[in-house]
Amino acid sequence: MLRQKPEPGEPPTVSVQNLSITYRTTFEKVPTFKSAIVRLGRGERAIREVLAVQDMSFEVPRGTAMGIIGANGAGKSTLMRALAGVLPPTRGRIEVRGKISSLLALGVGFNGMLSGRENVILGGLAAGLSREAVNQRAQEIAEFAELTEFMDMPMRTYSSGMFQRLAFSVSVHMDPDILLIDEALSAGDASFKVKASEKMNELMSSARAMFLVSHSLGSIQQMCNDCIWIHKGKLMMHDTPERCIKAYTTFLEVGENAFTLDDF
Amino acid sequence: MAAKAVKSKWDADLQVYEPHKIGLPNIKQYYRDLRTRIPFAVQFSRSGIKAAHSQTVFGQMWLVFNPLLLAMVYYILVSLLSDRGGIEYLAHIVGGLFVFFFISGSISAGAGSVTGGGRLILNMAFPRLLMPLAAVRTAFFRFIPTLPVYILINIVAGARWSWNMLLGVVFLFLIVVFSVGMAAIMATLQVYFRDTTSFLPYFLRIWLYLSPVLWFVEDAESRLPAHIHPFLVFNPLFSLIGGWTDLTLRGLMPEPRIWIAAFVWAVIALVGGALLFMSRERDFAVRI
Repeated sequence: MLRQKPEPGEPPTVSVQNLSITYRTTFEKVPTFKSAIVRLGRGERAIREVLAVQDMSFEVPRGTAMGIIGANGAGKSTLMRALAGVLPPTRGRIEVRGKISSLLALGVGFNGMLSGRENVILGGLAAGLSREAVNQRAQEIAEFAELTEFMDMPMRTYSSGMFQRLAFSVSVHMDPDILLIDEALSAGDASFKVKASEKMNELMSSARAMFLVSHSLGSIQQMCNDCIWIHKGKLMMHDTPERCIKAYTTFLEVGENAFTLDDF
Repeated sequence: MAAKAVKSKWDADLQVYEPHKIGLPNIKQYYRDLRTRIPFAVQFSRSGIKAAHSQTVFGQMWLVFNPLLLAMVYYILVSLLSDRGGIEYLAHIVGGLFVFFFISGSISAGAGSVTGGGRLILNMAFPRLLMPLAAVRTAFFRFIPTLPVYILINIVAGARWSWNMLLGVVFLFLIVVFSVGMAAIMATLQVYFRDTTSFLPYFLRIWLYLSPVLWFVEDAESRLPAHIHPFLVFNPLFSLIGGWTDLTLRGLMPEPRIWIAAFVWAVIALVGGALLFMSRERDFAVRI
């Protein structure tokens, strides 16, 4: 749980105002030159609009751990990418106060040909740390990943578990103000998982706000004090995690048992 | 006063994301972000160079082998096909060719830099201009080891040394600036028109023959009719590479119009490329 509390008169840490995001993708069943010519002749364009997020508004004060739930394709990841500043809003506005660290995908920017140690530097710089900060933390990151002699071997020789462990270690050594966590951050074996979840708790206690996307309703209920449920790009409900989860499971007409309480 | 202090405390790290389909981001802010993120581009390019040769026997020595082998290939070509004389002509070809390969390397690596960096672009927020910048840095660091080779061939060819040769650095700088701009333009183009990188090798090969790499600036002027001469500067590389080889190879001071044309082309490419790229870059994440 987050320990910080909003000061009186403090504006919300994250404010999403009438946010809409539309993808325009070219979509063709048969992407041939002939069909392109035919289409050009008819004056058509093979563009399909995907309304990933539609007119969403909510505010997140300091100290909120916000859970985001919804079925596949609801727009959860799109929303997270917009908060991280990767995807621009099509309409609306997002205000963010603080440094965002996103755990959207593990091992972004890693190069399999290089050693683990070099990738720690590369991954840290990719995530926005300064060179001094990366050098300071490199040792700590290496120790956390517990890869010992593998740190100096090329990453293409790593097992997928080892890759994830190193990537996770880089991601959590960032000291962010606002934490964005996309699901499936399970990294490594059972003992590493315990360590990882301890580290996550430590990160969360120092963060200003947190967003967690997960299909594991158990971890949402356990870790969050606020929740939104989105469906097909629309904000269905903004309430306590208990009520959101209840409404969501009723909506899907499956019992809560259907959601295995898989580990975070 | 107190109220103001409180407000600035909360707005210190405020970031606002708003739609901007066409139009530029705040240039000052963008430049500041770019400056702070430069170490990433440097590291990204450095690890790219390192990784490229990681599984070869000779490793980083390929950075020197590549230009030597290239020079050898052209030496064979020159001595077999040309009646223009051996080593002097080779020095000329090599001087122009190495710098041309720097430009074409920047352009083709720059073109793929954004579409090839999909995972980075989809998951990290950073000024996207870093991607073509890293590509140009990579091409430049591949170019540097060719300089000693060029100087060596120049010595063997018995070049007449002159202080003018040092002014070649100015043209090299302009060539770097031009390459950054071209890399940014091609990277943007590739996002919208994925056939760009397929056309590029042919386009670059034609450009090589149209530029003063295998011939001198005055060759074009003696062979072509006079009314075409004013149009020669419309090829940016006519002035950029022409000035570079005139200075470094022969110690000849290029005419003022060559200086002006080279400078103007470098500025046009950089400003045009950066503005085009920056105005479009927020759209990249959606299109990758």
